[in-house]
Amino acid sequence: MGLLSKKDAKLITDPLADNNPITIQVLGICSALAITAQLKASIVMAISVMAVLGIGNVVISLMRNIIPSKIRIIVQLVVVAALVIIVDQVLKAFSYELSKTLSVFVGLIITNCIIMGRFEAFALGNGPWRSFLDGIGNAAGYGLILIIVGFFRELLGSGTLLGFKVLGDPIEKTGLYSIGYENNGFMLLSPMALIVVGIIIWVQRSRNKDLIED
Amino acid sequence: MEHIELFFKSIFIDNMVFATFLGMCSYLAVSKKVSTAVGLGAAVIFVLAITVPLNWLLDQYILQPGALKWLGEEYAVYDLSFLSFIMFIATIATMVQLVEIVVEKFSPSLYNSLGIFLPLIAVNCAILGGSLFMQSREIPTLGLATTYGVGSGIGWFLAILAIAAIREKIRYSNVPPALRGLGITFIITGLMAIGFMSFGGMLTGGDEESKSENKTATVETIKEEVNKEAKVESNLNVAENTNK
Repeated sequence: MGLLSKKDAKLITDPLADNNPITIQVLGICSALAITAQLKASIVMAISVMAVLGIGNVVISLMRNIIPSKIRIIVQLVVVAALVIIVDQVLKAFSYELSKTLSVFVGLIITNCIIMGRFEAFALGNGPWRSFLDGIGNAAGYGLILIIVGFFRELLGSGTLLGFKVLGDPIEKTGLYSIGYENNGFMLLSPMALIVVGIIIWVQRSRNKDLIED
Repeated sequence: MEHIELFFKSIFIDNMVFATFLGMCSYLAVSKKVSTAVGLGAAVIFVLAITVPLNWLLDQYILQPGALKWLGEEYAVYDLSFLSFIMFIATIATMVQLVEIVVEKFSPSLYNSLGIFLPLIAVNCAILGGSLFMQSREIPTLGLATTYGVGSGIGWFLAILAIAAIREKIRYSNVPPALRGLGITFIITGLMAIGFMSFGGMLTGGDEESKSENKTATVETIKEEVNKEAKVESNLNVAENTNK
């Protein structure tokens, strides 16, 4: 396909692993930790961030030559806030329950450092198409970690995935529970999110020695 | 009493970093040295103490459904709550800019220590998070909103101070290479968060129980005293009767 040159494709694939926004660039941690107790919430959050970051990057990139550099932070905040309001209204309209679960964290996409970080680092210096790819790539890398963390926390914490009881029924003692397996309720509490992300970082850096900090 | 309760609750139980993970980015990025951590922490307390009450006023008199009533009856039907994100972030961004200018003018020494952190704070999720939680928890009065802002700020300050101190010491320990830096910081924060969870019983459950126990205890002692008095009286009566 001639649509993506090699350089452009790298913009999408890099943030998935070796330049992951969460584990390497340390951006956008707050929301990554707070809403990952359920897989469904993680997926919705990942999609929301992808929409905001993709469109926001294009908007900022189009305006990059007319924004005075002194007030650029405020301009960026306004652009993000407008996009987040749209996402929030769409969520409220189509899945009200979920928007209650995410509560203030939809609003906190505005101050998600991933967004400001990519605006500053990429969109202010590159054209719209490349910025769009960069936005999608980084949001995908962010979403990947979110989904991994959400997967393990929901599976080990409540024995379900997306609400389906994949390990059997804990009350009727079917499936794994019939041989004495118990849910680890601790996984649902907030501290475990930090520890799970810590373990992901550990695994990633053990596999790729270049990433190790000194 | 309400104020003290909310104050300690927002510092320990609903700690910004450990319970809701707000402001994690700057928490991780600026916690390598205690001195810079103190600077950023102080700036966060300062800005939260200003923006939370301001946004409370904004929410109460402009954004809530029916909040425009003070303009006249015909405005009571408007619901502007969908604008809260953009209004809050605009307030925060302008306040941060204003605080920066004022501090630079009146206290150059404070500006030198806080100055570089102030622009960072506009995009710190702890600040916007403070305002959004204030809105979603429906804090009733301006005074309580201020208390909430200051309390959350102090909670954040404590968290970043603690992690910075630990990170300064951990440099001398033998951490597995792949965990060095970011990885171990995450895990330590997780452990600290578990520690902070133990504050959970501080205000809610334990308090009510001890109160009710005290009440029943006092009631019992009063009853006993009454009984004693009655006995003494009856004894006296008996004594008088025998004397007669």
